[in-house]
Amino acid sequence: MPRRKGAPEVNAGSMADIAFLLLIFFLVTTTIETDAGLDRMLPPIEPPEQDVVIKQKNIFTVNINRNGQLLVEDNLMEIKDLRDAATAFLENGADGSCTYCKGKKDPSSSDNPTKAIISLKNDRETKYSTYITVQNELVGAYNDLRNREAQRLYGSDFTTMESKYLDPETPSNVRDELKDKVKRIQDMFPQKLSEAETTTD
Amino acid sequence: MAKFTKKKEGDLPAVSTASLPDIVFMLLFFFMTVTTMKDSSLMVANTLPNASEIKKLEKKDRVIYIYVGTPTQEYQKVFGTEPKIQLNDKFANVDEVGSFILAERAKKPQELQNVLTTALKVDKEANMGLITDIKQQLREVNALKVNYTTYEGDAFNNLQ
Repeated sequence: MPRRKGAPEVNAGSMADIAFLLLIFFLVTTTIETDAGLDRMLPPIEPPEQDVVIKQKNIFTVNINRNGQLLVEDNLMEIKDLRDAATAFLENGADGSCTYCKGKKDPSSSDNPTKAIISLKNDRETKYSTYITVQNELVGAYNDLRNREAQRLYGSDFTTMESKYLDPETPSNVRDELKDKVKRIQDMFPQKLSEAETTTD
Repeated sequence: MAKFTKKKEGDLPAVSTASLPDIVFMLLFFFMTVTTMKDSSLMVANTLPNASEIKKLEKKDRVIYIYVGTPTQEYQKVFGTEPKIQLNDKFANVDEVGSFILAERAKKPQELQNVLTTALKVDKEANMGLITDIKQQLREVNALKVNYTTYEGDAFNNLQ
């Protein structure tokens, strides 16, 4: 008689608890991975139609050698000082047309932020990590200035405004509103970061 | 026998397990939505550098990945220890990058072909020479939007 009943039924009532436990564990521990990094635009391969004449004082040259040392405007510089130097160059405003700049108006430095160009050169032996650090500092200099202006005009950081603008989950009416603001700040300090071809010697 | 039947009387009624499939489905859907299919296994060391001024790479379907780094242990015998480029599942030379980008671009829907980003996942120990060559290749096929993929962190940690 007892054989006919077969195996006793296992109580599976707690299975739900276990499943929930697992679910919550994974919910908490997994990060939905989105890659992040430094966005850059490469220069187009075709040379511009006519040669653009750029005054030497409007170019901020940064050279990285194979040992990771920096030569900024023909002077040796530590990477940690680069951000301040780049900021000072960008908002120098020698011709006085830039009303929001707080620079020194040094006549031997850049005329105004729209003309200022940062030129980054590197050696073939330069380590990638050094290059990224320098890139990061230069982008940081732009972001610092843009943040300052965004704080003054709109009371919010440019970087947060921009990421909100680029976030596809932001409602479209908010984005339209942000678009003009972001555009305005970008025009105040246009990012002109030239990556020249590497020197081989 | 009488003892056994008596015990059965006071037993709890069996808990219904009817909702168990729902729970399992929930788990299943969770993993289906969260996980991204790994389309290529890494054959190069890929410790990215740190940077703080980063932007997120939204929309994975608009990104083409290029990996650079020293081959991992198992491939070192064949490919050496110099940093190599990995495109999809195989090692490639610099001059193959252009055609790879064109091929990947052709695979994408028409409306996305102009907004593609090339994500460079480069090991921090790599030299710029290789990167410059890749950049040159990208310029030649007019893939000008690049993203140097990094971890979020203090950029000065790179220098140590």
